[in-house]
Amino acid sequence: MASTYGKILKDGFLVENPIFRQVLGICSALAVTNLVVNTLFMGFGVTFATALTAFTVSLLRNWIPVRIRMIVQVVIIACYVMMIDILIKAVAPDIHRFIGPYVGLIITNCIIMGRAEAFASQNKPLPALIDGFANGLGYTAVLVAIAVVREIMGFGTVLGYALPARDLWWHQWTIMVMPPGAFFMLAILTWIARARLVKEETK
Amino acid sequence: MTPLADMGFLSSFLLIFVSAAFTDNILMARFLGMCSCLGVSKKVDTSLGLGLAVMFVTAATAALNYLVYQYLLVPLHLEYLRLIVFIVVIAAFTQLVEMIIERVSEKLYNSLGIFLPLITVNCAILGISLFMLNKPYSFLQAFAFGLGGGFGWFLAIALIGGIREKINEAALPKGLAGPGITLVVIGIMALAFVGFSGMIKI
Repeated sequence: MASTYGKILKDGFLVENPIFRQVLGICSALAVTNLVVNTLFMGFGVTFATALTAFTVSLLRNWIPVRIRMIVQVVIIACYVMMIDILIKAVAPDIHRFIGPYVGLIITNCIIMGRAEAFASQNKPLPALIDGFANGLGYTAVLVAIAVVREIMGFGTVLGYALPARDLWWHQWTIMVMPPGAFFMLAILTWIARARLVKEETK
Repeated sequence: MTPLADMGFLSSFLLIFVSAAFTDNILMARFLGMCSCLGVSKKVDTSLGLGLAVMFVTAATAALNYLVYQYLLVPLHLEYLRLIVFIVVIAAFTQLVEMIIERVSEKLYNSLGIFLPLITVNCAILGISLFMLNKPYSFLQAFAFGLGGGFGWFLAIALIGGIREKINEAALPKGLAGPGITLVVIGIMALAFVGFSGMIKI
């Protein structure tokens, strides 16, 4: 039994990574990745919402009528996102000012809806919870990877701490802080990840 | 810059429209609506269809959400419910549009039908409604913001659709084909849109 859970975890985190493999949830992946701190808060929010929505949808899966399941799922997601929004506002008001609208947009993050539809609506609550959690973590990992590169190139810092001897060798690469930098970084990461996946499949 | 309130009605309307469509392009500068953009922009026809539908829904829901927020949620001190209220308004409006189009024009329904469910989960629409709250807009200015934002998205997806039609015929490395190259294209387009920034500040 434990190995099944392990597999779900690994599938969601690596093999079926939501961003590279399923191409979901790109919007927020780009917007909040200019600073690592913002990314961590966003990743926490998405993981929390994905896991708990999957759990709730799975609990209710036999009671939700098929025709209106979309709107029921949206309302469930919106409830959890509201909690996260209030929580982040209370814990880190400065960060909330910057990522506020994007926290609200977790509602329309396709990862959550996608997992609720593809996995949670056909599985028991516990595996659904783990699946949602793993997908959220996979999403966070990719975001943090993008954010670290963008923050180093754009600001010369990691998590707000300056790189050693920054003034001697580092030169600001403004484009990385601006929107195009996010698109290029994600394109490069997607290329690497997909190239590896193609290789594995042809083996 | 003169505050919006001092400006003539038409000039403030136009200014908000242009800034929402170009300098603050919802797709290029705010990254919203990427999912359906990557999924649907393979052909120009479908891009145009979805783009028009999104523009219409964005403008209408921005106006509706403005009214609901200012005259229902603010007086009742229920601002924290905005997320859930906005998404329900958007979902309900999309459903309504779908039903009306089905009755009025079957031809339009058949060509647009598949996109309508996609609109509900398009984050550009919810995004416009949320960003609108950060600015002290009047009702008509909020409508202009919605219309401009929708137009910007329409413009972006139509352009990407056109470029992708050509790219599909090019020989690309396996890993880069599909979402990878599209992201590169959008990145280069975003560079062009960065050129607009700073022209208008509101």
